[in-house]
Amino acid sequence: MPARLAYSVELKQIRNDVIKMGSYIEESVEKVMTALKNTNSKLAEEIMKEDDRIDELEREIERQCITIIAKQQPVATDLRKITSVMRMIADIERIADHCSDISEYIIELAKEKEIVTPLNVFDMIVAMKEMVLATIESYIEEDVEKAKWVIDQDDVVDDYFHQIKDELCIAMKHNPSQIKQYVDFLMIIKYVERMADHSTNIAGWIIFIATGKL
Amino acid sequence: MSLQKKCKFQVNDLNLFYGNFQALKNINMDIHENEITAFIGPSGCGKSTFLKTINRMNDLIDGVIIEGTIKMDGVDIYSDIDVIKLRKKVGMVFQQPNPFPMSIYDNVAYGPRVHGIKKKAQLDEIVEESLKRAAVWDEVKDRLKKNALSVSGGQQQRVCIARALAVEPDVILMDEPTSALDPISTMKIEDLALELKNKYTIIIVTHNMQQASRISDRTAFFLTGDMIEYGETEQIFNNPKEKKTEDYITGRFG
Repeated sequence: MPARLAYSVELKQIRNDVIKMGSYIEESVEKVMTALKNTNSKLAEEIMKEDDRIDELEREIERQCITIIAKQQPVATDLRKITSVMRMIADIERIADHCSDISEYIIELAKEKEIVTPLNVFDMIVAMKEMVLATIESYIEEDVEKAKWVIDQDDVVDDYFHQIKDELCIAMKHNPSQIKQYVDFLMIIKYVERMADHSTNIAGWIIFIATGKL
Repeated sequence: MSLQKKCKFQVNDLNLFYGNFQALKNINMDIHENEITAFIGPSGCGKSTFLKTINRMNDLIDGVIIEGTIKMDGVDIYSDIDVIKLRKKVGMVFQQPNPFPMSIYDNVAYGPRVHGIKKKAQLDEIVEESLKRAAVWDEVKDRLKKNALSVSGGQQQRVCIARALAVEPDVILMDEPTSALDPISTMKIEDLALELKNKYTIIIVTHNMQQASRISDRTAFFLTGDMIEYGETEQIFNNPKEKKTEDYITGRFG
């Protein structure tokens, strides 16, 4: 029998739930992309509803982490895993929140007669989505290199943000009648940029788990 | 962050054999003054054997062969110092509180008397001061004439610490000093150790890893006679370098 069987089971449960939470945001990010592409307000509403299950899972994982610290006094890598998970799930939950936030603007955009999507918006979302996916994979595979890639990739998303923001400013000047939808897009890209930041944070925790370096 | 304290003990290439069995294998380490150094490891790993080499308690065991050197303040404790003088400087506290079957006062005065102090006033002062340093004075001051075995286990252990302090040692060795005590007495001994390190060098063997992480400055992990890893306690418990250390402190084996 392996030593500390119950403890190992509890640690594994936390890990499985984090992966489950990861798969939920993976779905949400994918749906946001589709909803925006098709200005599908029904799908946007669905995304907002699904946010609840992520909030619940976050609280459940948090509860498990507190319990395992109280009961099992983890140290070394185990302690890094648990403290990191407690930070990571907050970032994952924020990514899910931003999926909801973007969905609200998709619902707004759906009211417009005609939508002129700025160039590169979808490229930016794809770049962010790749970061989120790589973050979840690097957690599952405990792959430090992949986590480092995520951190580097944040610059790409930031560049898209500045570029699209500048485009939107110019468009607002030339076409003030459409200013509302430009503002909606500006908010959307800001959320996308924040989602990439949260992925970067999570990647940092994954590196900390493996190396002990903050 | 790194603590640059004076080195109290230098251990070089220490090997210890019980007959054909090698209990310590090539131990090299510096133990620092005014720090608490913890030795951890599973039963039979050599940690208590090593602790006992520091005040030469293994000398009494038949068939023990010790190679290598242990220097205290630069002096080889196996060749250049009298063992009685060594044990005056290096006191010891054991797992089971072991007061002598005599009064609390006589327990603490025992060492100073052996070393030639006879004046009552001077002994009174040493007894009071030692019991105060051992954080047990307030609890026993009104029953100094009572048998030391009549007080609680936690108080007995602190009386034993006072007895060790009474001969003005530099170093206190503690061999699982709290494993026979209840949690509150344990915390009192731990607080006491933290207080005492300002004046003494403390080396503690403990099976309680939380205890090592709570009170020690440095931790050495032993396994089957080898010292696997030795470092600042914070590093050992947060990010051990050796997988064997990690497996032990996380309870994966041992």
